[in-house]
Parts: sequence; structure tokens; C-alpha cells
Amino acid sequence: MKIGLFIPCFINELFPHVAMATLELLESLGCEVAFPMEQSCCGQPLANNGDSKGACDAARRFTGVFQQYDYVVAPSGSCVSHVTHHYDWYIADDPAYQQLKPKVYEIIEFLQDVLKLEKLPKPVYFPHKVSIHQSCHGLRELHHASPSELMMPYHSRLESILKLVDGVEVLLPERRDECCGFGGTFCVDEPELSTAMGEDRVAQHEATGAEYIVGADPSCLMHMGGIIRHQGKRIRPLHIVEILTGRGAGA
Amino acid sequence: MKDDSVKHPQAAAEFLKDRAQAKWHDSAIWWVRQKRDAQAKQLPEWEELRRLAREIKAHTLSQLDDYLAQFETNAQNNGVTVHWAADADEHNRIVHSILAARQVKKLVKSKSMLTEECGLNPYLEQRGIEVVDTDLGERIVQLRHEAPSHIVMPAIHLKKEQISELFHKELGTEAGNNDPTYLTHAARANLREHFLTADAGLTGVNFAIAETGGVVVCTNEGNADLGTSLPPIHIASMGLEKIIPKLEHLGVFTRLLARSAIGSPVTTYTSHFHQARPGGEMHIVIVDNGRSDILGNEDFYQSLRCIRCGACMNTCPVYRRSSGFSYSYIIPGPIGSTLGPSRDMKKHGSMAFACSTCGSCSNVCPVKINLHEQLVLHRKKAFDQNLLPTGKKMGLLAMRFLTQHPALFDLGGKVMRKVVPIIPESLTRHSAWSRAGRDLPPMPAQSFKEQYQQRSQNKQDKEEQQ
Repeated sequence: MKIGLFIPCFINELFPHVAMATLELLESLGCEVAFPMEQSCCGQPLANNGDSKGACDAARRFTGVFQQYDYVVAPSGSCVSHVTHHYDWYIADDPAYQQLKPKVYEIIEFLQDVLKLEKLPKPVYFPHKVSIHQSCHGLRELHHASPSELMMPYHSRLESILKLVDGVEVLLPERRDECCGFGGTFCVDEPELSTAMGEDRVAQHEATGAEYIVGADPSCLMHMGGIIRHQGKRIRPLHIVEILTGRGAGA
Repeated sequence: MKDDSVKHPQAAAEFLKDRAQAKWHDSAIWWVRQKRDAQAKQLPEWEELRRLAREIKAHTLSQLDDYLAQFETNAQNNGVTVHWAADADEHNRIVHSILAARQVKKLVKSKSMLTEECGLNPYLEQRGIEVVDTDLGERIVQLRHEAPSHIVMPAIHLKKEQISELFHKELGTEAGNNDPTYLTHAARANLREHFLTADAGLTGVNFAIAETGGVVVCTNEGNADLGTSLPPIHIASMGLEKIIPKLEHLGVFTRLLARSAIGSPVTTYTSHFHQARPGGEMHIVIVDNGRSDILGNEDFYQSLRCIRCGACMNTCPVYRRSSGFSYSYIIPGPIGSTLGPSRDMKKHGSMAFACSTCGSCSNVCPVKINLHEQLVLHRKKAFDQNLLPTGKKMGLLAMRFLTQHPALFDLGGKVMRKVVPIIPESLTRHSAWSRAGRDLPPMPAQSFKEQYQQRSQNKQDKEEQQ
């Protein structure tokens, strides 16, 4: 089983430790992981601003780079969702893409659904309170949890995988799945509104008494992190793979 | 009337200057979303109802011409006069001509977003007909010479103190008496006077049933019933998408409508109108006004399933923090942000971008419209019609190029990581990222690609040493 590691462009530049944690986690679970250097952006910012040609070219490029792998795995629900849920708007007629699509996984999905992970490669003790940040595309497009709008039995991938971690106390913020306001280029198209949403979200996470905001999307964590730093708050954003590898707060 | 020249980012920034008011607005509307959740949770078949509602509407839209013709025939057989209006202007002319021919001086109107869309009130007022909105929220915004800020709760942007002040000025209530019951009674007494002296009543239509030729109007205040029972003339204005095939389908929608809209199991009044009351007249005006164009559009026809419950507004984190007046189109929030750009991309284009694509709207929608996706599809049109700001467009074209040239992309990233830390904070403070209170992320010394290359090199060196 050969895995192609997909590291979204902004994670590559700004959150290399999240990428490294993902790589190490997969390797320590015995996976053969390759990281194709010719990868770039999945095209979501282009698509979300209406640049169909740019989005289409990016989708074709992504397909070309990753089609040789058995699985493609990335530590970002939003970028994975763009590939698996929105490339059809651009390259539905590309058979290579249709073959690739079911093989593309967000990291937590991959751990739970493909590797059927029942225990972590090495035991992790993380004696902290964490507030779960359910990112929107992971939630409502990848179905990582039951969205609060839908009347269905409750489930949450992040909560269930954190059961494998010793000592962690999992909390949920008021309005358990409201958007943090990042929204891709929305965050700079409407900075006042985006920041106001983020401030509310950070305050809700903080009110749980948690020390960390834990999520699976570095983009939301980056946005809330910017607000936390600006306001000098103590709570810290943390990507879930950093906990699962045992790097936790040290990263 | 609504100021249709507003651009969402600027209007939202302005609204957010009063954070206390904005927080109150957000909480007041979130409370309605929570009421909706509580009601929906009580029905084990909730998701099944949504699926059925979607399918009934989808089926109807696929044969809309037949159902409209059937509806017209049945309504005419009931003795109702049916009029067809291609656009807003024709709608207004038809309504005016009915009223003018009967020397109507005063029209009482129940809630109708369609007449807001058509600008009926000013049209009639300019021609000497007094129009009185009788829905309490609509009446409040009418007295303030404002547009509704929400399609179900038109005055949700106002606090009771503001309403007290308005009623003191307009209706002569006690100054400083903010008691909602007192204020509602005052409005009621004032409206009762208008009901009794009106010459005609106009209602909107929630559902029009093809099989019976009847229309259904849902209200909580009974104002539509008074407005159609007292004056001899009833005009019902409806968008052509309001049709459902049979009476047996209605229950699916009435079960969803009030629960989605305000978190009540049902609207207080669900009134069926089939014919004029004895000695009176009933007219139905069926309005297109751009709907046929939307119906013919593969990307957007689904928006015609909308039953105007407003749930998408109540759940929208952007709407709750920017209010209806930040949106240029008469219908705000997610549904307005697809209907507005469908109508006029140049005017309402900014609405398609007033969205973080969180998708909550699509999940609460009782007829399962893919709202957040439609907004992104509108952005395609905006890009293709060259309506993006020049700076943004240049940025996207650069991004498009770099995406195809990873080495240059990586170089750009590296330059950013090296340069950002040495830019003085005084320069970055005013950037779109930072200006509202968000610091830049720390810039790592190495990208993951660099770390990975180094790691591979180290591994290789180790293997060679062994």
C-alpha cells in the first residue's frame, strides 16, 4: 500500500510541523509514504473565487501528481473536500480523476476507515482539556460528525479518535459547530466580519475551560490563532495529529 | 425601499462597529435557530420530510407549465380572476388597475416578499392609494420607511425601546413605555381601524394548489384573514414557483414551514382561499419577474424550491453578524445571495462573496437547496463577467500561474517566510489580514518540502555510512 502524502500549500509553508506529524504518524503505523515534490495548491482558492480555468488546471495537475498512489492522505478536511466534492464541477469527465477520487482521504478518515486504528503506534498521555473545533467542510461535506442542523444520531470522528489518547478531557463549545469565519479568501474579503466570527468562536472555546482548541483543519486554527495572539489569550490552537503523534504541546 | 447600492463587506464592517448591538442581533437570531432545532428534533421523520419536500418541489418545477395551467383553470372555475405578470412593473400595473377601477383608496396588505420585490407600495402610493402593511413587523418597518431586514421577522433588527419610540411618535403611545404587550395592543388597535376602513386586501401566497385552484396563506397574527374578510376585494400575489400539485402535498410543507421559520410546530393561521366571499371579488396575480430565467439555469433552478422560511438566515453566521441591510437585494442571507445575483450580477455580486461556505444553510433548508454551493457557482459568473476587483483578479491569475509552476510557488512561499518577519508591524497592521484584530502566523524557517528534502538526505547519508 503506497500512500501519496498531500500537503496543502499553506501547510507546507506555515505549518510544516503539522505535515511532519502526519508523515511520522503514517510511517509509524507501517505505511509506505511518498511525498511528491511537484505538488502545489489543490485549487480551492481559485474555485471559490470563480476562476474555473485555474481551478480546472489545478484539478488536472493534482490528478496527474497523485494518480499513481493507492491512497492520498492530507491533514486538511477542507482541501480534501475540495478534491473529493468539488473537482466534479471542473473535471468530472476525466476518468483518471474518477479513479483517484475514492482514494483521497483526510488523515483522520484514513486512520479510522482504512487502517481501522484501534490503538496509537505509541501510547500518548495528554493530560489536558481540549475544546473540539469542528471545521465546516470536514463536518458538512466529509461528514466527520453529525452537523447540529441535521436530525441524526450523534457521532464525531475527532471525539472518537481522541478516546485513544490517555488523560485528555474533551469538551465542546457552545454552538458546537458554528463556523470560525476563516472561509478562505473570505477572511480578507470581509476582514471585519471574519474576525468578529473568529473572536466569538475563540471566546466560546475559551469558555469551556479548555487549554487547547483542537481541530483537523490548519486553516481554521491559523485564523483563530491569529486572533488569540492578537488578544494575548492563553488558549492554543492545536492540530489533532500533533496530539496523536505524542508531540502535543511541545510542537 | 432598500438601498440596493450597498456592498456587503463595507456595510458589514459598519454594522460591526457597534459590537454590542451586533452581538445582540446575533444572539436574538441564534435563539430562533435553536427553537428550530428543538422542534425538528421532536419529529423522527424530520429528514424524511425534507426529502419529500425537496422531491415534490423538484417534480413540480419539472412540469411547472402544466401545473400552472391546471391551477389557472381550477381557480377560474372557482370564480377567481387570474392575471399573469411577466415582470414587477406588469404586476404593479395589474394591481393598480384592479384597485383604480373600483375607486379603492386604502389597501391593507399582509406579508408578501413578492410585493417588496416588485416595489408595489411606492408604486401605489405615488398613484394616490394608501397602503397599510398589517403584519406587525412589516408595519413597524413601514412606519420607519425601511425595508424588512429579514423575510420572516422584518423588524428583527430593532429593539423594543426603538419600537416604543417609533410608536410614541406615530401612534401616540406613552413615551418610554417599552412593554411589548402594551405596544402590540397599540398596534393592534391602530390596525383594526385600518382593516375596517380599507377598500381592498392584498395577501401573499405560501402555497398554490394546482388540483384545487386554491391558495394557502400562513400567518401568525391573523392579519391576512382580517384583510380578506372585511374589505370586498382580495388580491393574492404569487411568484410562479409557489405551486404544489395536490392538497395532499400541503401537509409536508406546513409541517416544515413554521418549524423551520420560527421554531413553532405550526403557524397560528393556515388559511385556504378558494373563492371570493359572497358579494366580493378575488384576483390572483401570478408573477414571473425573472423566475423563468432561473428555472432555465442548470446551476440555479433549485433556488426556486424555496418556501421563504428564513431558516437559512437564522443559521447564517454572516447574516447574524451583518443584518439584512448589509445585503443589496431585498431578500438577504443565503437564499437572497443566490436570488439576487441571479437577478442582477452587477448590482448584487458582492452578496455571492458574503459567505464563508460553511454550508449550514444547505443543512437547515427544509427543501434542501444547495445554497452554499450556489453562491460559489455565482462567483464563477462574477469572475467570467470580469466583476472582481482588479487587485483580487490579478492575485488569482498569479495564483493560477504559480499553481502550475511548483518551483516558483515554493520560491514565493520562501520569500514570504523570509520577508514577513522583517516588515515592521506598523506596515502589516493595516493589511486585510490584520486590520480587524488578527496577528499574522509565525513564519517557520523551513517549509515542509525543505524539511522533507533534508530528512531524505539525512536518511540517505545514514544508509551510505552503514
